[in-house]
Amino acid sequence: MNDTTTTEQEPTPPPAEEVEQPSEAHSLLYRIAAGDALAGVLAVFLAFLVGSVMIAATDETVRETAGYIAARPSDFFQAVWDAVSGAYAAMFRGAIYNTRVDDFQTAIRPLTETLKYAAPLILAGLGVGVGFRAALFNIGGRGQMLLAGAAAGWVGFALDLPAVIHLPLAILAGLIAGGLWGGIAGLLKARTGAHEVIVTIMLNYVAYYLVLYALSRDFLLQAPGSNNPQSLPMKQSAILPKVLGDRYNLHLGIILALVAVAAVWWLLNRSALGYRIRAVGGNPHAARAAGINVGRTYTTVFFIAGALVGLAGVNQVLGTVTSGVTTDLDAGIGFDAITVALLGRSRPLGILFAGLLFGGFKAGGFTMQTSENISVDLVLVVQSLIVLFLAAPPLVRAIFRLPNKEVA
Amino acid sequence: MRLVLRDITKRFGSVVANDRISLTVEPGEIHCLLGENGAGKSTLMNVLYGLYHADEGEIEIDGEVRRFVGPGDAMAAGIGMVHQHFMLIPVFTVAENVMLGNESTTGPLGRLDLESARERVTEISERFGFHVNPDALVEDLPVGVQQRVEIIKALSRDAELLVFDEPTAVLTPQETDELMGIMRQLKESGKAIVFITHKLREVREVADRITVIRLGKVVGEAEPTATNAELASMMVGRPVELVVDKGEGSFGDDALVVDNLRVIDQTGHVHVDGLSFTIRAGEVLAVAGVQGNGQTELTEALMGLQDHVTGSIKLNGKELVGRSTRKVLDADVGFIPEDRQVDGLVGEFTIAENLMLNRSFEMPFVRHGGLRIGTLREFAEDKLAEYDVRARDIDTLAGNLSGGNQQKVVVARELSRDLDLLVAAQPTRGVDVGSIEFIHKQIVATRDAGVPVLLVSTELDEVVALADRIMVLYRGRIVGIVPADTPREKLGLMMTGERPKDVVA
Ligand SMILES: Nc1ncnc2c1ncn2[C@@H]1O[C@H](COP(=O)(O)OP(=O)(O)OP(=O)(O)O)[C@@H](O)[C@H]1O
Ligand SMILES: [Mg+2]
Repeated sequence: MNDTTTTEQEPTPPPAEEVEQPSEAHSLLYRIAAGDALAGVLAVFLAFLVGSVMIAATDETVRETAGYIAARPSDFFQAVWDAVSGAYAAMFRGAIYNTRVDDFQTAIRPLTETLKYAAPLILAGLGVGVGFRAALFNIGGRGQMLLAGAAAGWVGFALDLPAVIHLPLAILAGLIAGGLWGGIAGLLKARTGAHEVIVTIMLNYVAYYLVLYALSRDFLLQAPGSNNPQSLPMKQSAILPKVLGDRYNLHLGIILALVAVAAVWWLLNRSALGYRIRAVGGNPHAARAAGINVGRTYTTVFFIAGALVGLAGVNQVLGTVTSGVTTDLDAGIGFDAITVALLGRSRPLGILFAGLLFGGFKAGGFTMQTSENISVDLVLVVQSLIVLFLAAPPLVRAIFRLPNKEVA
Repeated sequence: MRLVLRDITKRFGSVVANDRISLTVEPGEIHCLLGENGAGKSTLMNVLYGLYHADEGEIEIDGEVRRFVGPGDAMAAGIGMVHQHFMLIPVFTVAENVMLGNESTTGPLGRLDLESARERVTEISERFGFHVNPDALVEDLPVGVQQRVEIIKALSRDAELLVFDEPTAVLTPQETDELMGIMRQLKESGKAIVFITHKLREVREVADRITVIRLGKVVGEAEPTATNAELASMMVGRPVELVVDKGEGSFGDDALVVDNLRVIDQTGHVHVDGLSFTIRAGEVLAVAGVQGNGQTELTEALMGLQDHVTGSIKLNGKELVGRSTRKVLDADVGFIPEDRQVDGLVGEFTIAENLMLNRSFEMPFVRHGGLRIGTLREFAEDKLAEYDVRARDIDTLAGNLSGGNQQKVVVARELSRDLDLLVAAQPTRGVDVGSIEFIHKQIVATRDAGVPVLLVSTELDEVVALADRIMVLYRGRIVGIVPADTPREKLGLMMTGERPKDVVA
């Protein structure tokens, strides 16, 4: 009876799973993204603290007084205090409320700027965050924004339509373009197992050169008669209207962002699709055994992620910089979005707050530079430190003597 | 080593997992910890091993109070732990694994001293009769041998006390017998052993002393001479039926008809080789056999989880081969996977969320694409009570449940639908006797409701208790399908591939 075709002696291991095991780095990211709120607050706090040290260390007066610290320590501490408080006060004036003007309407202007900068960060942050919830790492924000911006931009300058149709159509074009571009990464992962990190990085280049090419052909995007890689400006009917009147730059993008926060919250916490997304992110094997199509979920997630990030591109082209599509329309937002999503722990409300914080950094950073002569790079350093502290929870826990997270 | 745990208390939020537990383990004794799922056994051992920090109480070793910040400290103090999920690197050899974390080097360039690690493995292996080749790759070794590597690893760090937390859950009966032998030898050489298991037979076989824990407290000691029934009722706090009543079955027509089923993996290896069998409505067909003889692939093929399947699986006349898992589930097939952690649960989901895992597409928990949270919560509350899942509430994360309670969540989910077929692989792995009784009753009730049941189990007790007929698999083929009252010796023989003369395939 031993005419079996099996030849090996030992029982064989089960066949290679078709569902890819999340890699080590992957699950680390997943864990960081799913960390607790306290860790986020502490990371921000620590980053500000280290930022203070750097402000003090680079301040002239502080260095001068340090020379005779033994003789007059109070001078030194006074100088440190002045430098640090001056810097953060300037940031406050630039980001929230300008205490140096009397007129309330002018004084509140920084807050509207913060909101303006926050809108695309929130939108793109949601896009990255949705991916994290499925344990997918979307680094393709730049490409998704570029293509979405190009599509929305083309509708915005090339078509002649009444505003009630023109603006929604332009937004929709961007949303779909971003979604499709994101969907490519999901589809490749689902069908071939290609790793989404590599695919999205490569798609960023492809998108960049595609848009650059289109901007050099006047039958595509380039403004006729121009030699610059820039399109025509947006038609008035496709521009996101200002929400607080012409006195402020704040446009409809922030409303779009708030609506998106609510929509993504519903998607993730109240919809069946969101449930499946989280199941796949939590344990793809169990999801598969429960009849959930893991590959299709990956594709869907990347479509949604691309669409959300695409809205950030739309926000730029139709709202913030309406002078025409260029290859810098993403303004680094595609990457900042990763930080925002991490800090917001991939939760819609968390991302909202993280986006506001980073919007405030952008608005305040400029004032810090102009009024206190502190390089805007410092803001970048603080932002990076936040990520660093988020990624190193054990360090943060040790500093604050929090109990260790216990694993079951 | 003489170990004294004194008044250990460990809380997780409002859950008191260990409530002033005191325990003494003498050198040269095998000390069994018995207790229901979630009683706090693993938690206590994790405290001992430095993985958790006790909120109160102290650990005393040979008269000296010790504090462990991490497992490193515990190891240095002579405590070794054999984890249920082995902490070995598959592509390393046995010697390399044993050396890992404790590497010694020679020469000015810090060359790894593999030679002494090999000698150490050989020496320990010979002393205790382990038969482990130091140069074998770990991934090539059977589970039982991998476990011995874990033991060697602990012994090579001069462990004087070894903790085994449910070591036999993953072993074949033969491997279990061998492990019992090893534990006895370790004990004779003066080591102290803490042994956690839910299998009373094993307890009575090796235990010198038995401590019973219930709801985080020590409820008393039991004599190794106690009967299974006595041990069981002490553990659960009520009398337990160790073998559930199973009436004569009333069998209907052939409900599941499997014909010439073959499962091949990507590398062309044949795991299931031309199986043909039927299960009647209201009948339990139990698949027995040493693990790795095609049982896993058979259940996965039924569930649409295998890619290269040929042949036919007809459920009430409908073909299942070629269907997606979702379509199989839509045909009202319930599936208890053999490894709950991998295929059964999402650890970051709450109990409630896990209870709807295979019903995320339509009613009752989903309507118009939205979740019906109220319905789900009500359902979860019911199931929590019905299945006696020991958890604070339905919002407890599945990953924080004790092993047996995780299993109950999976079983609750699968048995709470109207089924046309139940596929149950190792349905009581890691489950305490009280819950085994409950799950067995549920399976029998499912059968009595006229549902065909395919049961896969490596526990011969379970097979014999539940089966109407027994199918023995060997290397992906059927050795024979025999009546449930077939003597165990004969079944054991069949599991090695021998077909007795009076059995037809
Ligand atoms: N990390 C954790 N967070 C919260 N609760 C936990 C955690 N680990 C264990 N528990 C709870 O502590 C209790 C004891 O769990 P433990 O794992 O020690 O049980 P056990 O006796 O080993 O059970 P089993 O026999 O099922 O393995 C359970 O109620 C469990 O839910
Ligand atoms: Mg346990």
